Amino acid sequence: MLQKISWRRKNLQKAVFFSFSSSAFLNGILLIIIVFFLLSNGIEAISWEFLSQPPTDSMTKGGIFPCIVGTFLLCAVTIITALPIGVASAIYLNEYAIKGKLIRIIRMGINNLAGVPSIVFGLFGLAFFCIVLKMGVSIIAGGLTLAIMTLPVIIASSEEALKSVPDTYRQASLAMGATKWQTIYKIVLPAAFPGIITGAILGLSRAAGETAPIMYTGAVFFSPVLPESPFDAVMALPYHIYVLATAGTNIEETLPLQYGTAIVLIALVFGMNLIAIILRSRIRKKMKI
Amino acid sequence: MSQINKEKGVQFIFLGIALLSITMLFLIMLFLFMEGIPVFEHVSIKEFIFGDLWYPTDDEPAFGIFPLIIGSFSVASFSAILAIPLGIMTAIYIAEIADKRIAEIVKPVVELMASMPSVVIGFFGMIVVAPFLQKFFNIPVGLNLFNAGLMLAFMAIPTICSISEDALFSVPSALKEGSYALGATHLETIIKITIPAALSGISTGVILGLSRAIGETMVVLMVAGGAAIVPGSIFDPIRPMPSTIAAEMAEAPYHSEHYYALFAVAITLFIFTFIFNLAADYISYKYKQTEESY
Repeated sequence: MLQKISWRRKNLQKAVFFSFSSSAFLNGILLIIIVFFLLSNGIEAISWEFLSQPPTDSMTKGGIFPCIVGTFLLCAVTIITALPIGVASAIYLNEYAIKGKLIRIIRMGINNLAGVPSIVFGLFGLAFFCIVLKMGVSIIAGGLTLAIMTLPVIIASSEEALKSVPDTYRQASLAMGATKWQTIYKIVLPAAFPGIITGAILGLSRAAGETAPIMYTGAVFFSPVLPESPFDAVMALPYHIYVLATAGTNIEETLPLQYGTAIVLIALVFGMNLIAIILRSRIRKKMKI
Repeated sequence: MSQINKEKGVQFIFLGIALLSITMLFLIMLFLFMEGIPVFEHVSIKEFIFGDLWYPTDDEPAFGIFPLIIGSFSVASFSAILAIPLGIMTAIYIAEIADKRIAEIVKPVVELMASMPSVVIGFFGMIVVAPFLQKFFNIPVGLNLFNAGLMLAFMAIPTICSISEDALFSVPSALKEGSYALGATHLETIIKITIPAALSGISTGVILGLSRAIGETMVVLMVAGGAAIVPGSIFDPIRPMPSTIAAEMAEAPYHSEHYYALFAVAITLFIFTFIFNLAADYISYKYKQTEESY
């Protein structure tokens, strides 16, 4: 009797665990299906010309060079502004702050900023950067909008990096007579540097793939020339996919271009993520030893 | 003395920068309200929220966003039905069941899912899933609630999974060992001990995943079909709030009624996600406190 029950319990467990593991593998299968579909349909579109030439014949032929440049420039503005602000915020939260109401409010603000819908960032960027600050639809307005969106990601990962620096490092430095700021600057930050860079890459990969925040602040449908100043508007990879797939006159004809652009964007974003994942697992291994 | 002053100055600067995030959040709210409130000179709040006609560009425009709100919630609920079980089951598999080696492969897969640009998922939904649904279910359009829900589920799974996994992982092993010592199986321990202990973290993940599904723009813009009607079936096209804003902002003249109305839609959307985020924040804060008091 007792054996019978335990046999049933074991089989139940097997069945349930099987469903858990299949749901986990379903995710992987879905991801592979999407990537496979895009690759199998669009790999022919990828060529040196595709990557290095501007679009021609009212965007039905040619390449995506201006979009690559545009995405790169938007990301540059994003990281130049979001990284220092994010790291400094994390330093305050992890090194200086004393538990209390103020910290609670700052954290709540960061968590809520992380949950703001991307299109709301876009509207804010349009009303604030483009109109009130008179930046117009430009690289700088789009990049700053993306920077606000990326900020919570960078703060969270920088904080994690700072937290993983052992307290003994700080104590040793303070015991040597260094001030708090000297300790942070010379001991804590260098030790946390790889983790901070990992977070920056993750934040950047998110900024590179976003469309809604830049569609009214930085990206344009088509731009015949490359940007010359930060106040020019640019074409961008994600917006280009959207434009070709929904607003083009020859949606069927430009299908290879759409697949090609999607592949380039995914390669960029996944590439950055893989670098971050590898970096992080290396840091963790180091920490354990 | 000057050293101390310098130290204080540095700390003060860092505090100032740390306050920037919340300043930005405040500015976002301020601008949404500044640009959105004027629409209520033309339409009452009640008509705006419960009106079921959205004809913003007609000669006599109607600004009722009820179909848009229902659109957002129906598609988010549908994606939740798929994403919650899948996300949590995957989290349990990674945190409790899988070999460490397999978990090290599954985790990055979930992270890559999270990093997939939304416009690419929307593109996939348009080009691949829509024609497939059209044939498979024999329906007139493949761009509808069902399709958008599937795509949003794909985006919500990683959020739900990674936060739940963190919560499951941080359940003290002493609790589980106690359960084993009493003769419970692995499954019984997971269901009766680990999941209840991690429940607040899991709910945080679910709420944040849903908040992401409601606020997600590109997927619903490309895949949901765009009809501003209250859906009667899951194969009806819908027009959730974010896609309305994204689709119409280009054609709304600056400071026109339509422009104000779109900002008011954004206020509504912002309030919904804000409530979700505050709830998640509150639950995880309480959870942390109890954890520390162990």
